[in-house]
Amino acid sequence: MAPAEPILQVRDLVKHFPLTQGIVFKRQIGAIKAVDGVSFDLHRGETLGVVGESGCGKSTLAKVMMALERPTSGSVVVDGKDITKAKGSELKRMRRNIQMVMQDPYTSLNPRMTVGDIIGEPFEIHSEVVPKAGRRKRVQELLDVVGLNPDHINRYPHQFSGGQRQRIGIARGLALQPEIIICDEPVSALDVSIQAQVMNLLDRLQKEFNLAYIFIAHDLSVVRHISDRVAVMYLGKIVELGGDSQIYDRPSHPYTQALLSAVPVPNPEGREARQRIILQGDPPSPANPPSGCRFRTRCWKAQDICAKEEPLLQIRPGTDHLSACHFAEARDVVHTQS
Amino acid sequence: MSDPSVTQDLIHGGEGPAASVVSASNKPRSLWQDTWDILKRRKIFWISLTMLVLFLLMAAFPSLFTGKNPDYATLAKSMEPPSGEAWFGYDLQGRDVFARTIYGARTSIIVGVLATLLTVVLGGIAGVLAAYYARWVDSVLSRVGEIFLGVPYVLGAIIILGTIAPAQSSPDRATIMAVVIVVLAVLGWPILMRIARSSVIQAKHQDYVQAARALGAGPFRIIFKHLLPNSLAPILVYATITIGSYIGAEATLSLLGIGLREPVISWGIAIADHTSYIRTGAHAMLFPAAFLSLCVLTFVMLGEAVRDALDPKLR
Amino acid sequence: MVEVLSEPTGRGSYSGALLEVENLQVEFHTRQGVAKAVNGVTYSVNPGETLAVLGESGSGKSVTAQTIMGILDMPPGKITGGEIRFRGVDILKLSEEQRRRIRGEGISMVFQDALSALNPVFPVGWQIAEMFRIHRGASRSDAKKKAVELMDRVRIPGAKDRVNDFPHQFSGGMRQRIMIAMAIALDPEILIADEPTTALDVTVQAQIMGLLADLQRDSNMGLILITHDLGVVADVADKIAVMYGGRIVETAPVHDLYANPAHPYTRGLLESIPRVDLKGQELYAIKGMPPNLLEMPSGCAFHPRCPYRREDCATAIPPLYPISGNRGSACHYWREVVDGSR
Repeated sequence: MAPAEPILQVRDLVKHFPLTQGIVFKRQIGAIKAVDGVSFDLHRGETLGVVGESGCGKSTLAKVMMALERPTSGSVVVDGKDITKAKGSELKRMRRNIQMVMQDPYTSLNPRMTVGDIIGEPFEIHSEVVPKAGRRKRVQELLDVVGLNPDHINRYPHQFSGGQRQRIGIARGLALQPEIIICDEPVSALDVSIQAQVMNLLDRLQKEFNLAYIFIAHDLSVVRHISDRVAVMYLGKIVELGGDSQIYDRPSHPYTQALLSAVPVPNPEGREARQRIILQGDPPSPANPPSGCRFRTRCWKAQDICAKEEPLLQIRPGTDHLSACHFAEARDVVHTQS
Repeated sequence: MSDPSVTQDLIHGGEGPAASVVSASNKPRSLWQDTWDILKRRKIFWISLTMLVLFLLMAAFPSLFTGKNPDYATLAKSMEPPSGEAWFGYDLQGRDVFARTIYGARTSIIVGVLATLLTVVLGGIAGVLAAYYARWVDSVLSRVGEIFLGVPYVLGAIIILGTIAPAQSSPDRATIMAVVIVVLAVLGWPILMRIARSSVIQAKHQDYVQAARALGAGPFRIIFKHLLPNSLAPILVYATITIGSYIGAEATLSLLGIGLREPVISWGIAIADHTSYIRTGAHAMLFPAAFLSLCVLTFVMLGEAVRDALDPKLR
Repeated sequence: MVEVLSEPTGRGSYSGALLEVENLQVEFHTRQGVAKAVNGVTYSVNPGETLAVLGESGSGKSVTAQTIMGILDMPPGKITGGEIRFRGVDILKLSEEQRRRIRGEGISMVFQDALSALNPVFPVGWQIAEMFRIHRGASRSDAKKKAVELMDRVRIPGAKDRVNDFPHQFSGGMRQRIMIAMAIALDPEILIADEPTTALDVTVQAQIMGLLADLQRDSNMGLILITHDLGVVADVADKIAVMYGGRIVETAPVHDLYANPAHPYTRGLLESIPRVDLKGQELYAIKGMPPNLLEMPSGCAFHPRCPYRREDCATAIPPLYPISGNRGSACHYWREVVDGSR
């Protein structure tokens, strides 16, 4: 489970959105620190889950990795080249290797284009991939791969249900045969009974094409199901990073513990005995994060050092994976009777 | 789980036709086709379409409707009221009002349609550029548009037309029509720019545009494949209604003596020439005025029918 | 005040269930045809009890709640049959004036989207206070004092200083607390919560669910929790009604339902959700998709997606078969489902 060279390396990634005042003469009065120093590796064929609550910066992270936003600083190295610095034809070529699946199946497909045009668009943009004559057949193969009827190639998106549209979005992402797919909340807009279908599809495609996923979601159960490793984000930073059982069975950062213990388990047995860590208040604004550890304002373990010294993401004594807490300590909060 | 159709369903995700498609769902259907289906069922659409066809025929083949020469004047018959021989009577110069009203349709419709086309081109390009490039391009174009909007329409027209083609001058047919068309479009484009801009901005924030960018699509493809087709509807509706209001505006300018003028035949000129005779010979003014109103109404009704059909809230 | 409360919300005397919905039928008339959104729904709630109504989009769970509250848009909605008895009185037969009195004091509701449910141009304290001014004729200052008390009760920090703030100045979780404060202002006997935490983050969701549970314990309210989240249901519900295609397909006490579901749909749902406490293999996926209300499948609405189906499932609509005591399943073959054979 440790291949030599990672296919994606994110290093010290920072994305600040300036806050400005004034209409004609704009002055910067601050910045939303959406992503503030994020580093991780992604290996061939693995799934890295990224979890966090709204405003933690996970969607901005996806946009920067896809080169849809330029980062303030830091790098995203895909196959040895930094995509954040790439331009023109080089960027276009790099895009063939990293694609995305979006959250909302209703807004992610152009309603004026047929399914064939939508899935075929990658081939029109990258005309060297498949010769013109073979494109239609290739689109039909893709429809088949994602479990849709290849005969529906001339239909329009509004003729499909949410789950089917999500499959169309996945087919578009697969078209250029990328090695990396970034999935930004791919199932959260779907009905419960449809979520499992789409997750199984993603699972199957990963095995079939040896894809590496970055799976961004707020639903911790979904992330656990699909991920090999998990990064937990809070206010623009990764606070804990490890293998799925390291994070879910032995979380060491207080925020991860609180997050996990808040997830309702679909099993009423022993619910009275379950211990909950209920956090007080809401996350602070990313425009003005707390000094030192960003979680300290809601943390029950916080001490003076937490305000003064920012805890680095490192392996701490007594734990087996990366954690950004001065007082990291493994504690199982998910399984009842802890 | 032995039923073959069940396993087939599982392989193919098993999702049948979508909920929004009720019947005949095997045919591909674009949103435009849906719009057409809704339009088809609306009475107001058919009424306005019939009237539109009539007016267009009038404009294209006036001789289908009248055999008379609209320029043939018999001064002796000046201001004669309607009769079996001349249904709408004669005007001040003794010309047949019916013939002149029929021939007037051509001018009005040409001015309305061309001025609208020019407005759509100017406003559309400005709106798309402002929305797509945002930042300073948007600021500059929006401010320029606001300056034009700040000038009252009639005042602006009086100033421009009064300078280029003062009331006492007599430019030839094509020149004066071109001038009026350009003036209408120059004063009207900012509204269309606003409509285009806001609907392109709306489309720009849709995820499918992000997806296209992620695939490596350039600005040309994004604008023409993704943004324009999805922001065309409000532009189309506004343009249809605009044709009607430009026809009215052209008449207003003629009435003021600064728009079209002889030898052009137009409803506006006919009205302008006979306003002082409304007591003695109202027919010479009322018939062209009635055609003008009907024509404006036709385009406004058509525009509203299209808007209703495109409105997703009614879906 | 006593007079206001005597009829029909008078407390104490009635001995049956607090709220009973019986064979409720609601249709929607749309351009494409008639949609039977609610098709014979029956359930009841007692004081202090939590009923979870579980279903996906289009199952009719929210329409039922809107009908109980009397806030269904009519048209296009139309109640075509059934009764809703509050303390034994069929509220569908009451005048609008009498229903208005029940709303707020007898039954009240919390919505999913707190931002659009609050009026953006009035301070939140004013909006809470309005409940007292309208229903109780309280004076301005009394009402405001009550508003602060309520904001304290739903644990809004610094309630006194925030009473004059506007909705947009609060976070999503705080806005949901304000909605809850308004809903419990008049001490209702039934609180309907329609997806109260769906729009919220998981840590905030835990806060809100905890708050609802505490409020319920203090006041002995009956709670109807409408949700699609099997985890939330397992945490708080006493009994569950599972809805599918406008009908209730299974009712059961919470432990029985999770331990041994008796309807193929319930069973499929439970097996299809990933769990935070287990690393599973491939998920079981219910094939197909929820039915189109305009084109309901014949017979059992679930039969096209059902692994247990036989021929008669496409023709005979299954009634809610009683299983044991207070359990029921609308499946002809519930015995096989309970046995777990597939």
